[in-house]
Amino acid sequence: MPDWASADLAIQASYLITAFLFIVGLKRMSSPVTARSGILWAGAGMAVATLVTFLYPGMSNYGLILPAMLVGGALAWWSGRRVAMTNMPQMIALYNGMGGGAAAAIAAVELYRGETASYATTTLAVAGGIIGAVSFSGSAIAFGKLQGLITRSIRFGGQQIINLLLLAAALILGALVAAHANTMPAVVTAFFLLALVLGVSMTLPIGGADMPVVISLYNALTGLAVAFEGFVLNNAAMIIAGTVVGSAGTLLTQLMAKAMNRSLGNVLFSGFGDTGTAAAGEVSGSLKPIEASDAGVMMAFASKVIIVPGYGMAVAQAQHKIWELTQLLIDRGVTVKFAIHPVAGRMPGHMNVLLAEAGVPYDLIADLDEINAEFETADVALIIGANDVVNPVARTDKSSPIYGMPILNADKAKNVIVIKRGKGAGFSGIENALFYLDNTRMLYGDAQKAVSELIQAIKAV
Amino acid sequence: MTGIVALYIFMLAAFTGYEVISRVPVILHTPLMSGSNFVHGIVLVGAMVALGGAHTPLEKTIGVIGVLLAAGNAVGGYVVTERMLEMFKASGARAGAARKTH
Repeated sequence: MPDWASADLAIQASYLITAFLFIVGLKRMSSPVTARSGILWAGAGMAVATLVTFLYPGMSNYGLILPAMLVGGALAWWSGRRVAMTNMPQMIALYNGMGGGAAAAIAAVELYRGETASYATTTLAVAGGIIGAVSFSGSAIAFGKLQGLITRSIRFGGQQIINLLLLAAALILGALVAAHANTMPAVVTAFFLLALVLGVSMTLPIGGADMPVVISLYNALTGLAVAFEGFVLNNAAMIIAGTVVGSAGTLLTQLMAKAMNRSLGNVLFSGFGDTGTAAAGEVSGSLKPIEASDAGVMMAFASKVIIVPGYGMAVAQAQHKIWELTQLLIDRGVTVKFAIHPVAGRMPGHMNVLLAEAGVPYDLIADLDEINAEFETADVALIIGANDVVNPVARTDKSSPIYGMPILNADKAKNVIVIKRGKGAGFSGIENALFYLDNTRMLYGDAQKAVSELIQAIKAV
Repeated sequence: MTGIVALYIFMLAAFTGYEVISRVPVILHTPLMSGSNFVHGIVLVGAMVALGGAHTPLEKTIGVIGVLLAAGNAVGGYVVTERMLEMFKASGARAGAARKTH
């Protein structure tokens, strides 16, 4: 029908525009100067694609599509507006998981219907289905862990074997589905259930410190699943956007795993933290507490202070107080810099986002490579809620699970002040040798409260 | 669109994604991850098509779930990315000028 043909042309042309807007948007997001406009470009692309899809030939069920879009969109809008900056990582995990779930749902509709065009498209639907379902349930677990709903990393012997068996079983069922898609709905159901269970059991043993890598990986996987379902639906916009995210996300995941000096396989399968018990007893010395007033004086008369923020700063929402403290020190003529470890916090750049929120200018913030030589010239290294990323055993102790991870050399500073809530070990469960050094003093307490006390102490000088 | 053309698209898009992100400063990793999270919200159009062509109650139920989730991905991804990048703008303005990051 000519009407359909012109609608199809309009749709294809609009998808081309969408792909262009997405790529320009992502490109603009890769520079701080243009970053904000980047999301507007990408958003325009999404609006164009969504609107034009209503013209799709042979569409029905508008009475279901519109309410589902409105409810899903409104809930996400509400939650995204409300969430505190510190909780961003788990919200990204959540929204990402929803995308994976949607890709799996597309696969499920196609596979239950069993009318896919060829074995190739059925296979792609199966592949997108398993990846999307794993990303969905895995991201939900990641969300639960970061939100504090799941507090323990569940590990037991033979866990990796069970995961491998689950994966093998899901792949076998997937192959069955791909071969006889239209005859066995029960197999399709079992296939999706297994994929969902696999996502849960893969993510449960991974510790909170590794969540940045895991969220990034699931982000890439969702992109790939979307691309595969794009092949199934013959939808160029989905193929391009999904593939771009898949490859960009893979690169980002690799960069992050590299920053921890571990392979991606090691992050996913090592059961990080189990081995920490072996290394725990090897640290000698004692923890030496310090009062905020003394610590404040020490910083007020320093010539150079390097601040190392970690997840504890995010938990305590201490970034605004830290900027206040920084301005106070700068006014006194102290040189202040922020040292950010690539995997500090729960996402890459997590600390940068929080410091930016508080108003800390970029040029005070330095990466690991830029700042590490400077610790030797610093009078005070102030560690705020960071732990594993400053643990010197990563350089010295070959038996430690974090051995070889590049760390911030805070132990080289003349004095080290550690703000910490309690005496517990970090997320990895490893004792931190830095805390026991002769030049280290522990300032116990919630990061926000402790920094407020430091501000009072410096004002009183 | 034939299979081989789709493969060309796949390959070129993969290189594009790799190139676009390979020059990104660390400070933008979180917003960019969030931004790419938003971009795969394009799954919404696929979910709309899947639900639009659904016939049985089972297909319709799964389709509705798909559209719900996909709309959440797209809208949520946009909102959090926009919020994060807004702060970067404020920070840059306060600092006076665009700053060199790497």
